[in-house]
Amino acid sequence: MLRLDCLRSVYSELESCLVVTIMGAVAAELHSLGHRANFFYLQHAMGLASSTGLGLALCLPEQTVIVFDGDGSLLMNLGTLSTMARYRPRNLVHVVFDNESLLSVGGFPTATSTGTDLEGIARAAGIPHALTVRSVENFRTAVCDAVHGIELTTIVAKVEATGPSGYITDLSLLENRFQFRRHIQSLRKA
Amino acid sequence: MPVSLTNSKLIYETLKECDIRLVSALPETWLVHLIHLTDEDPEMTLVRLAKEEEAVGISAGAHFAGVKSAMLMQNHGFLASINGIVSFAHLYKIPLLMLISYRGTFGERDPWQTQGGNVTEPLLRALSIPYSFLDQVETVKKRIRQAQTLAESSLQPVAVLLTRDLMWEE
Repeated sequence: MLRLDCLRSVYSELESCLVVTIMGAVAAELHSLGHRANFFYLQHAMGLASSTGLGLALCLPEQTVIVFDGDGSLLMNLGTLSTMARYRPRNLVHVVFDNESLLSVGGFPTATSTGTDLEGIARAAGIPHALTVRSVENFRTAVCDAVHGIELTTIVAKVEATGPSGYITDLSLLENRFQFRRHIQSLRKA
Repeated sequence: MPVSLTNSKLIYETLKECDIRLVSALPETWLVHLIHLTDEDPEMTLVRLAKEEEAVGISAGAHFAGVKSAMLMQNHGFLASINGIVSFAHLYKIPLLMLISYRGTFGERDPWQTQGGNVTEPLLRALSIPYSFLDQVETVKKRIRQAQTLAESSLQPVAVLLTRDLMWEE
């Protein structure tokens, strides 16, 4: 399963959500499908995309927030699972692309390649609904169910360790950040 | 417990007056009253963390959402947050109001706090984080307001250091 195919399969669903991604391939691939004002790419600070999503979800209970996380990032901040589980905002969807690799920095294997089970960790941390998917069809179903569902969900998507040749986009970090905030403010006024 | 309830209330009242509506925290002795006050206030969202660096992401999310937030942490929590501060708050110009209990300085009895006390201000300066002290009752409100004003106008982290003189009664 390719991450890009997964992202493409849910791209239309993302229009009505606030989307936060991690750095590297995830950001570059989502951007390549077409940037939107409701997408924020956290191009560093590994581990904090999910915390950002939690802050958004707690402050904007009427908005659906989707975080596209990765195994390397999540392993750097496993405590985020216990914090998300503690508050379990029903409007938060936590997707983890698990390619068992730190792809952006040379493809070194992460601990998920030697048996660490992120779905199991999420469930044991208290995330109300955690599942692993291995096909694009199941990915799309899981994301759609979570977006329209009523409980915090962590979806671990097992994907191949391949990605784009480069990660730099033509969207500057600050442009993205100000556009994203302005978009949210426009929703609040509407 | 000799943590000052009166001065904790003064700090908390100021946070409310500053329209803070979300506080993230990790418990530490000097912060107990502040955390209880936050937890008991239905107008406030308290996010109890596993590690302080999470608060950088949570406050960034709150900022994007248009909600004013504050971070309550010990100075060792500040040390644990530094990558998030640099690679998120500084990189993306996110305002952070950090209330940091300044352990390990004059009067500290706990040996384990003393190294953190030595490096807190040098690190704040190295990171170009503006900071001031909460050390006198008379200036608490003004300092917190000024810190928030600067964080919002400069879009960067600003710290106030909660000192023993204010927080501890003995």
